[in-house]
Amino acid sequence: MPDINLIFKIAGVGILISILNMVLKQADKEEQAQMLTLVGVVVVLLLVIQLIQRLFHDVRAVFGL
Amino acid sequence: MDFGVFFGIVLLAVAFLSLLRQTRPELAVLLSVAAGVIIFLRLIGPLQELVRTFEFLAAQAQINLVYLQIVFRVMGVAYLTGFTAQICRDAGEGALALKLEMAGKVIILLLAVPVLVAILETVLRML
Repeated sequence: MPDINLIFKIAGVGILISILNMVLKQADKEEQAQMLTLVGVVVVLLLVIQLIQRLFHDVRAVFGL
Repeated sequence: MDFGVFFGIVLLAVAFLSLLRQTRPELAVLLSVAAGVIIFLRLIGPLQELVRTFEFLAAQAQINLVYLQIVFRVMGVAYLTGFTAQICRDAGEGALALKLEMAGKVIILLLAVPVLVAILETVLRML
């Protein structure tokens, strides 16, 4: 079930990023934490964009847009 | 078509979303987008069968297929607009959602113009 894995992947990235941010905040490396948030968002965005591309392709095919 | 799959995906997404909303709200928006898209991708199969049956029925009833294609196009645009507008609202962007819906309405009207012209012609021909 590749789709459900994707939800797990995104949630995993999110949780990992939030934990690592807490660790970085403890080590008062604030700017690294911001960078890490950016990396997390970019990784998840890449995953979601592939999904959206599939969505638009299928909608175009089904509805003949 | 096992309904449990959608049920499971949504519950899973909601569980993770409630967790992500506090810590990383931007990722939560992306996760809700992903869940919405996954559910729709699972609906593609049955949707295609529906479209085929409607086309078959239209062919039986000698309805011009062009109008049916226009109906499907309008449905596609309406679905996509609604899908994206709701995502904008979830992310808190009410203004963007309204603008997108207006754009969707304009596109749908544009698609419906041939049908209006056809109706007018038949009405005028009758008079």
